[in-house]
Amino acid sequence: MKDFALLLERLAFTPARNAKLQILQHYLERTPDPDRGYAFAALTGDLKLRAVTPGLLRGLVAERFDEQLFALSYDFVGDLAETIALIWDGEPAGDLPLTDAVHLLETTGKAGLPAAIAGVLDRLGPSERLAFLKLATGNLRIGLSGRLARTALAQMGGPTLDEIEEVWHGLKPPYPEVFAWVTGGPRPDRAALAPFRPVMLATPIDLQELRALDPAEHVAEWKWDGIRVQAVSEGGVRRLYSRTGEDVSGAFPDLIDEMTWEGAVDGELLVRRDGEVASFNELQQRLNRKTVSRALLQSHPAGLRVYDLLVWNGEDLRPRPLMERRAVLEAADFGSDRIDISALLPFETWDDLAALRADPPDAVIEGVMIKRRDAPYVGGRPRGPWFKWKRDPRVVDAVMMYAQRGHGKRSGFYSDFTFGLWSGAELVPVGKAYFGFTDEELRELDRFVRNNTTERFGPVRAVAPKLVVEVAFEGVNRSTRHKSGVAMRFPRVARIRWDKPVAEADRLETLEAMIDAPNVFAADATRAGTRHGRTRRAGGEVAGAARPLDGVGTPSIPAGYLPTEDGAGEPPEGGR
Amino acid sequence: MPVPMPVLVLVPAPAPVCPQLVPAPARSGLMRADDFLYPTDAGLYCPAGDFFIDPVRPVPRALITHGHGDHARSGHGAVMATRQTLDIMAIRYGEDFCETRQVADGPTRVDGVEVSFHPAGHVLGSAQIRLACDGGPVIVVSGDYCRTPNPVCAPWEPVACDIFVTEATFGLPVFKHPDPAAEMAKLLASMAEFPGRAHLIGAYALGKAQRVMALLRAAGYDRPIHLHGAIQRLTDYHVEEGVELGELLPATTPKEIEGQVVIAPPSAFASPWVQRFRDPVISFASGWMAVRARARQRGVELPLVISDHVDWPQLTQTLTELRPDEVWVTHGAEEALVRWCALNQLRARPLRLVGYDEDEE
Repeated sequence: MKDFALLLERLAFTPARNAKLQILQHYLERTPDPDRGYAFAALTGDLKLRAVTPGLLRGLVAERFDEQLFALSYDFVGDLAETIALIWDGEPAGDLPLTDAVHLLETTGKAGLPAAIAGVLDRLGPSERLAFLKLATGNLRIGLSGRLARTALAQMGGPTLDEIEEVWHGLKPPYPEVFAWVTGGPRPDRAALAPFRPVMLATPIDLQELRALDPAEHVAEWKWDGIRVQAVSEGGVRRLYSRTGEDVSGAFPDLIDEMTWEGAVDGELLVRRDGEVASFNELQQRLNRKTVSRALLQSHPAGLRVYDLLVWNGEDLRPRPLMERRAVLEAADFGSDRIDISALLPFETWDDLAALRADPPDAVIEGVMIKRRDAPYVGGRPRGPWFKWKRDPRVVDAVMMYAQRGHGKRSGFYSDFTFGLWSGAELVPVGKAYFGFTDEELRELDRFVRNNTTERFGPVRAVAPKLVVEVAFEGVNRSTRHKSGVAMRFPRVARIRWDKPVAEADRLETLEAMIDAPNVFAADATRAGTRHGRTRRAGGEVAGAARPLDGVGTPSIPAGYLPTEDGAGEPPEGGR
Repeated sequence: MPVPMPVLVLVPAPAPVCPQLVPAPARSGLMRADDFLYPTDAGLYCPAGDFFIDPVRPVPRALITHGHGDHARSGHGAVMATRQTLDIMAIRYGEDFCETRQVADGPTRVDGVEVSFHPAGHVLGSAQIRLACDGGPVIVVSGDYCRTPNPVCAPWEPVACDIFVTEATFGLPVFKHPDPAAEMAKLLASMAEFPGRAHLIGAYALGKAQRVMALLRAAGYDRPIHLHGAIQRLTDYHVEEGVELGELLPATTPKEIEGQVVIAPPSAFASPWVQRFRDPVISFASGWMAVRARARQRGVELPLVISDHVDWPQLTQTLTELRPDEVWVTHGAEEALVRWCALNQLRARPLRLVGYDEDEE
């Protein structure tokens, strides 16, 4: 428990992705089985323990502590588990192996649980008490996705991430066969039917770069603004995976029902009504649900637009060229009106394609995909066979309002900015951005922040409204979590407008007019918006994502579930 | 970090919290304890000796417990403090920080009061002040104090008294400071984990900075420790006073100190000074780091729970051992400590002195 507690503490305070990976990798390397497997599962939310409730914890406290002293302490600390971990009078006696703690929580009956928990707290030090309580409440709040954790496994020097992803599904904590494999043992048998296969990703391209390529060697299709998924139906087992391998089947039973064929397909998950594709905002309301209400299934039906076939009727098509796979795809019968095939676009020259891209037939299209006709299906992001040529980003001229100090390589620099737009005579914050500028521009922005600070709140400074910045973004949705009522997707700094007077910055109405599509299910949207804050690792709606909220049951968002376009979900390398 | 303008607020003493206890009569039988020492807008005042203790604004006569900026200010007339505290004030404010100064050396009579200074274990030169008023109670003003052994200053001594005036900076039962050696082990583990990154430790310039250096040495760290310029002079003074801190170098050549320890005042982390380091690990040595939200608010990547104040067990142990007739709580989490006193049949009341910055820990 000591090592696990230290791991949790280090991960909780380490903001940078690469540093997190390093800490986890070192932990996994030096921790024996099965402790490391349980730790791994606890971090990724795959350890299903009987959840200890806040009520049970409060009961424990009431037996031992003066109510007023506890209340004053809780008020100061702000987190129930942490307050208990700190206030508890334990006499550390040896260490409790993580495995023993897990078994205790697994095997103790409800009636015996309070005494068992108190007994454990009595013999642990404060950090270990907190780790144990976080484990028991199932509320680690570390912000580590399954894929990031598996990346740490891959860094241990054995199999690659793609190889690990391919066998992962169906394996159970504490994953002894995986740790045996990464430390030189044999590759485990694929345990699950309908496993995830690593997804093929595209690299960005523009018209100038395209001119170096031969249009005749490529095909193109629309890039839909939904969620890239892999739908697998094999031997009666049906699963829907996000592009990072998170199993999202539970949220889409309507689509699962339609997967009556045998194979593994790559496609875009979309909400569709009467053939019309609904906005990403509407699809978002289907996310992160363990179960879906009948009403939502009716109002927001899920569909799949298929791009590619990986496996069909038992044959692995991945080594075959795209056009051969395409031929099988076009001949395939999916037997469902919710599943159709992404059409190829007619073009002879890149200028033809540019004209199509400039005027897409549907608002839910976010650009075009360009694929080499002869390319096999290769997991990961090989440079060359697949390109994405996204529509030009939308922009607004916004005013810098707040700045926050960065971490790691940006330590000491004010590098995370909150921007606002005019609403009446008032500036309303509309989003945050922390990249898109050069190192030199960062120095200039930092200097500007320091010279124009009006107030300080810890690492945050309020800045005099003097600087206009052109903020680029991919789309904008209604949001109940922002005072402005709107949330930009993937915002970043496009240009710093040192020249532009703040009075000429855009108005909130300008941004509102860019909202993708009117939302006809506003009531539902409100509920979904509050319950399932959608966080984008790379930019946008990070407000509130990492706040140390108290209590149990705040839904965690598998990071891999989020990205809708290749790469947009990746955090900037080591940036934060 | 700018010290906020001090505001001293005097709140009428509340009714005794333990009505079942008969208030202990002051020894004179006539005068009450708070006739001998009471809060004013300049600080705690003792009329029998006509002096203030740790006044927050200039006064004619001041007794100073220790050299932290919120307790030791410049501009007083006569100042009495330990030799080391006077030296520290001279280093911070210049030799003319007051008109006349007197080293506290053994019991000294100041008008109608016998005054003596006793080690507080907080920082170099820190003292508790014992006041024996003619015909009155013995009052001990703790100043800030700490009972964990501290290699950079003399250890705290218990001083018997009728009235114990205590701080309560960490006066909540959640504060149980861990063994500082274990915190150093965390630091060394992080340095092993990230050998290429400089570890920048925020620590207040007087006391905490030198204690971290001494703790590093005790943990076997023998490479040079690099110092931000703002802690150089006070660190030099500790060395002059015989505190062994090993090889110390200025933090002026960031290229060469990648992967090494740099100690800086916390305010430096908000200044462009940090920008010279490539991908540093930001650490902070403070008792407040025990609470995660506090560490997060400061953007700390490696919190080190090292405090120069008594924690809750030490605070309550001290009151149990001294068993004074009355406990007065100067600053910090008064409510919780007063509650504890009520639960333990000790008369206690908060003085609610303001102007002492608890964040400066």
